[in-house]
Amino acid sequence: MEQFAEKRIIDSRGRPCPGPVTDLSKAYRVAKLGDVLEVWATDPAAKNEIQTWAKHSGNDILEIADEKNYARIVVQVTKKRT
Amino acid sequence: MAQTTTLKKEAAGVRVHKLSIILSKGTLDMAYPAFMLASAAAAMGTEVHVFFTFWGLSVINKKKESKLKVAPVGNPALSVPNILGVIPGMTAMTTSMMRGKIKGMKLRAIPELIHDAHEMGVHIHACSTTMDMMGVRQEDLIPEVDDIVGAATFLQLSEDGQTIFV
Repeated sequence: MEQFAEKRIIDSRGRPCPGPVTDLSKAYRVAKLGDVLEVWATDPAAKNEIQTWAKHSGNDILEIADEKNYARIVVQVTKKRT
Repeated sequence: MAQTTTLKKEAAGVRVHKLSIILSKGTLDMAYPAFMLASAAAAMGTEVHVFFTFWGLSVINKKKESKLKVAPVGNPALSVPNILGVIPGMTAMTTSMMRGKIKGMKLRAIPELIHDAHEMGVHIHACSTTMDMMGVRQEDLIPEVDDIVGAATFLQLSEDGQTIFV
């Protein structure tokens, strides 16, 4: 039975590189196709890093936004590693 | 050189999907970059192998992995003049300064970093010759170590990937 897509927030604020990407990758491992993973990060490289990760893993970036003190990068799981 | 090769490969549509790191040094400033690259690569879905040789073996030694240091001697990037670096206690001082910074940055300690990287699929290989040379037994190594290998095995493991010597 197909489960509904979920949204998860990954709070990597304060975590230096490669924290945001490793946190995202851990969440991705247990995520299902269609799930939305939203990363919150303060590391200045995080936006680029997560875009690179998404490109490399074949997943989609839905949104990149600058909040007051952190960046919010929203990724949708469109490909699962087999 | 290595970078050019990678870029060429990527341009040709071949994705670098394997990273091998040879860690030959047992200091904080060497272990950190190696393990950050290793965990970032694992997060990218890359197959990662880390080969611990010479002083790098201390990083996976149960008794030594939490006691890695950073030495001011021979390290002109540190603010301590080399001539003063030899004074007893200087290494301890620079080490505690660096540990303080690491803690302040919410960076994980080396043992946790290794444990995490291993959980993410990073393969940990110990060099057999170094173990012999330094009298290190298998039971002295942390449980994350996957195997004890020789140079030929490592070369075979790293074939067709990217290799970094630290």
